[in-house]
Amino acid sequence: MGRTLAEKVWEQHVVRRAEGEPDLLYIDLHLIHEVTSPQAFDGLRLAGRKVRRPDLTIATEDHNVPTVLGPIADPVSKTQVETLRKNAAEFGIRLHPMGDAGQGVVHIIGPQFGLTQPGMTIVCGDSHTSTHGAFGGIAFGIGTSEVEHVLATQTLPAYRPKTMAIEVSGELPVGVTAKDLILAIIAKIGTGGGQGYIVEYRGEAVRKLSMEGRMTVCNMSIEAGARAGMIAPDETTFAYLKGRTHAPEGQAWDQAVTYWKSLRTDDDAVFDKVVEIDASTLTPFVTWGTNPGQGLPLGASVPSPESFDDPVARSAAERALEYMGLAAGTPLREIEVDTVFVGSCTNGRIEDLRSAAEILRGRQVTTRTLIVPGSMMVKKQAEEEGLHEVFKAAGAEWREAGCSMCLGMNPDTLKPGERSASTSNRNFEGRQGKGGRTHLVSPQVAAATAVTGRLTAPADL
Amino acid sequence: MEAFTTHAGTAVPLRRSNVDTDQIIPAVWLKQVSRTGFEKGLFAAWREDPTFVLNDPAYEGGSILVSGPDFGTGSSREHAVWALQQYGFRAVIAARFGDIFRNNSTKMGLLPVILPGEKVEALQTAVEADPKLQVTVDLVERQVRWADEVVSFEIDDYTRWRLMEGLDDIGLTLRHGDDVAAYENGRQPWLPTTV
Ligand code: SF4
Repeated sequence: MGRTLAEKVWEQHVVRRAEGEPDLLYIDLHLIHEVTSPQAFDGLRLAGRKVRRPDLTIATEDHNVPTVLGPIADPVSKTQVETLRKNAAEFGIRLHPMGDAGQGVVHIIGPQFGLTQPGMTIVCGDSHTSTHGAFGGIAFGIGTSEVEHVLATQTLPAYRPKTMAIEVSGELPVGVTAKDLILAIIAKIGTGGGQGYIVEYRGEAVRKLSMEGRMTVCNMSIEAGARAGMIAPDETTFAYLKGRTHAPEGQAWDQAVTYWKSLRTDDDAVFDKVVEIDASTLTPFVTWGTNPGQGLPLGASVPSPESFDDPVARSAAERALEYMGLAAGTPLREIEVDTVFVGSCTNGRIEDLRSAAEILRGRQVTTRTLIVPGSMMVKKQAEEEGLHEVFKAAGAEWREAGCSMCLGMNPDTLKPGERSASTSNRNFEGRQGKGGRTHLVSPQVAAATAVTGRLTAPADL
Repeated sequence: MEAFTTHAGTAVPLRRSNVDTDQIIPAVWLKQVSRTGFEKGLFAAWREDPTFVLNDPAYEGGSILVSGPDFGTGSSREHAVWALQQYGFRAVIAARFGDIFRNNSTKMGLLPVILPGEKVEALQTAVEADPKLQVTVDLVERQVRWADEVVSFEIDDYTRWRLMEGLDDIGLTLRHGDDVAAYENGRQPWLPTTV
């Protein structure tokens, strides 16, 4: 019987397998940031251990960094960043600190350097590590004690998750993006629907996505509960990688491509679960509640809790509407926002900024609008293309790279009761600041919303 | 981690049940960047009460915590184990433990001992009568002993072996260093490094 892509990559990385024990998996790339690494390094020190492969490890500062130039004011944030610098120096790990040309959100810098390649195993102490699966590897988030394990051994004991195929047939209509697709998928299978699985996104609509779009989709796999999400590599993947700093060159490139082409699910392979979705029926999607599964097409209205048969979903909806300050029956297009955020590891890449700029060109924003590039390299490229001028002329704020308003850990936050249209990945209570209300949207919807001050699709302008 | 074979010391009776990890170490302590110093946060809220057992000088230096049932329930928090260990506890005795806590503690060398509820009570009463009572937790024989009492406990062979060898997860993996090295030799030549 054939094997799935996930099985192929997993098997390729098994260092040791023994009855009744988890597989010992080799890790090709370990990404580090300041929040989940300090105690892992301290654990190494206490046990007198070293980092086995500093050369397969890379660190950046992202969660805590302010996106306006200047020092970090918050003492806890400052300590975390300083601790990372000390640890990186002591253990010989490459670090991209604030202000550095390579700095950025951890899941943006791996791909942009060409460090994220097909068939690799990639881990990071951050749940959105699933982003890297867009290149056809297995990438997942780990906890601090696992970070320590990988630092010390470059391996991780793990049981292989089950496999799920999400088959996306048809083509995404014009104006409907990767973000809308993944929000629709999560709304369909639920925030626990992927639990225990590695998801492979397949089908025509997925094949047609750019690498940026594929990363957006894989990024949010975790919001459907999946351990990881992946997409088989193809010409789009190779074209994205070619010429990047750490991509193979010359003969090694040819060898690599030959191998990468074998990284696809065999025709006779069987998935543990299959979900089907028709892309051609999708429209721009937004969330109305406090988990990423509580989403609807923008043309819909805020649902009534009574419309949910499942009592758990019903009470979750009740609570969400109360927190969000929304009345059932309100058309989503009438919801007014105070802030628009374009950025994060979900939608902070160049293509996202381009599509937001296209909508804002020659228009004016009517709400506070933050445009935050996912990395300094994205920032530089955007400025070379003149996108920053478009944003500034429209009245939006053009910021430095970082996680920014994706989470309330740095100065970019919502005030209690404030409402945002955000291109990030989590609309949990308080995620963007205590009492803040988040609507997850695509960069296009975010930009159109910035213009009208209400949740808006570009086609409505 | 420190190997555990047999440990003799004095005990601290904690007459509470459902001691969740948030009581063991409150959430504010999760912001720390170091792995040490958590003893100060152990039962932080309860220690504000001067009559709390850890504030009683009679139990100073106790290294075996004897708790009511369902110790270590609630959210997964390795910090709870660190706090107990750094305070000086080597073993916790209770009738029932939270699963994740129990798993975390065996991985870090803190021995969770499950005894029948009435035996836990008997031990608490004995310790309250004589705080200097010597208590022995013997992992080799799978026994807890005090005064004339000898009470057996169960623990699976694999966990017992790991504790007796002092092997944490990393220590276990490092035993397979040859396998890892062999794997590394066979890795595809084009795979990237960060240097
Ligand atoms: S952008 Fe958001 S989701 Fe991504 S790494 Fe930063 S905080 Fe996490």
